[in-house]
Amino acid sequence: MTGLTLTDFSVARGPCDVLRDISLSIGPGECVGLLGPNGAGKTTLMRGALGLMKHRGRSSLSDLPLQTRAKTVAWLPQAREIAWPVSVETLIALGRLPHLAPGAKPSTADQAAIDSAIARMGLEGFRDRIATQLSGGEQARVLIARALAQATPVLMVDEPAAGLDPAHQITLMQTLATEATGGRCVITSMHDLGLAARFCTRLVVLSRGGVAADGPPHRVLTPEMLADVFQIRAHIAQTEHGPIVQPVGVIG
Amino acid sequence: MGRGLVAGLLALVAGLFAASLLVGPAGLAPVQALSALIWGDALAETLVMREIRLPRAILAVLVGAALGLAGAAMQGYLRNPLAEPGLIGVSGSAALGAVLALQTGLAAAHVLALPFAALSGAVLAVLIILALAGPRGGSITLILAGIAVSALAGALTSLVLNLSPNPFAASEIVFWMMGSLQDRSMTHVWLAAPFIGLGAVVLLAQGRKFDALTLGEDAAVSMGVHLGRLRLTLVLGVASMVGAATAVAGAIGFVGLVVPHILRPLVGARPSVLLPASALGGAVLVLMADIAVRVILPTRDLKLGVLTAIVGAPLFLHLIYKTRAQGQL
Repeated sequence: MTGLTLTDFSVARGPCDVLRDISLSIGPGECVGLLGPNGAGKTTLMRGALGLMKHRGRSSLSDLPLQTRAKTVAWLPQAREIAWPVSVETLIALGRLPHLAPGAKPSTADQAAIDSAIARMGLEGFRDRIATQLSGGEQARVLIARALAQATPVLMVDEPAAGLDPAHQITLMQTLATEATGGRCVITSMHDLGLAARFCTRLVVLSRGGVAADGPPHRVLTPEMLADVFQIRAHIAQTEHGPIVQPVGVIG
Repeated sequence: MGRGLVAGLLALVAGLFAASLLVGPAGLAPVQALSALIWGDALAETLVMREIRLPRAILAVLVGAALGLAGAAMQGYLRNPLAEPGLIGVSGSAALGAVLALQTGLAAAHVLALPFAALSGAVLAVLIILALAGPRGGSITLILAGIAVSALAGALTSLVLNLSPNPFAASEIVFWMMGSLQDRSMTHVWLAAPFIGLGAVVLLAQGRKFDALTLGEDAAVSMGVHLGRLRLTLVLGVASMVGAATAVAGAIGFVGLVVPHILRPLVGARPSVLLPASALGGAVLVLMADIAVRVILPTRDLKLGVLTAIVGAPLFLHLIYKTRAQGQL
């Protein structure tokens, strides 16, 4: 199965465990929102699962050899780093690197994947722009397009919606949901409960080193969970537009 | 874009290589000089061409290519346009080895004693750096280890100068450290060429990994780049090239810093294309500088390293000013 399976998964930072004995299985077709307050270990869970941090227990992804892993999972880190003033198309083409044989030039299939990623992120007019000269939100979209161009069965993104305007936040979440519907396994950390409720098929809430809740959005996003994990009160409603979750106040 | 630039640079290297063969105090006519070089038909002229000018021109290409390529690789790995080959302390340590050879008189005893001492210095620096920043250390550890090794090598070089028994030894050391290609022989070429060639092959093969690093270390690893292995390859490749270049030519600054910086906009900033372009650009710059030292002050021994620094530093200031004006820095 191409997805992510964690078994008794723990990650330590210094002397204390950030995550303890997490067992979790995420399959193809799921769009999983990873929720939790700051410091709950969302990024740590993803980096550990990818083999970028030392961990105990098993992760089906970090078990893979490096080259196979690069063809299995695309990772978009939270730090949106673009080191050199390369063109947008060049940057997105980097996503094809794991698929290129040594010394081989990008094939028509590679170019098709690049073009498709550009189209999906609405970056047609940006192809020849210098990536470092774009605005933060535009850069974020270019970097997401790079991850899409990698065309892997698993897509892991760390707070992709941060810094995007409302229209692009919605478009992005729709894109991720579509990827999942198309058979990919999408895992995204996020803070916007409203977007999570509307676009994710499943939510995993991290708190105090473990999984506090796991399930479909309407089961997970309860007043009790929000109060316990996030210390907030929220307006939760089912509408014709789907579920609405709007935080309205802080408890205590 | 990349291919045209590489072709242009190749043509420039070829032209400057020929020019370098034709400039010198012996004042040979061009046709006569080239015929003496190729056919060996005139005793004195052939000697000048084959034993003096040819090794000098070849070394200019080798040393320039080594510094340019090593600079581009360092900048690509550290994702910082201010990185340069000297950053990992190899050139400083190679210089220290050479200075010790000059000081102890070994250099006078055998023609290869100095380059070998310099290479040993470079190897020692690599061992220290790998011990400090070895397979687990990050790029910051690498930079810090390099700075520490550079500082130590610089201090020890000063100590040798300080304790130098006579002013002649001291001035010989100072002049050597300024960097020059004068009076080098084919022996120097044969000594440096394998190290520089090997380093070039190894570093040029890493182009795509440097490309992937454009997105940061985390993203690069997730795209299949083994960072520890890349760092080891980088240190060994840069050390092999820069150690050998310093061993035969002394310390020549600014080439590794300026050349990638000039060429970056011309290759669309892609690190993989910048590597070969910078190797050729470095060869062009050092050939030009080595011709210039012979043309500007033919009677005085103007040192190559002094000229590259005098031209390179203002050029670098200008580039920074220009980049800043475009809002890219």
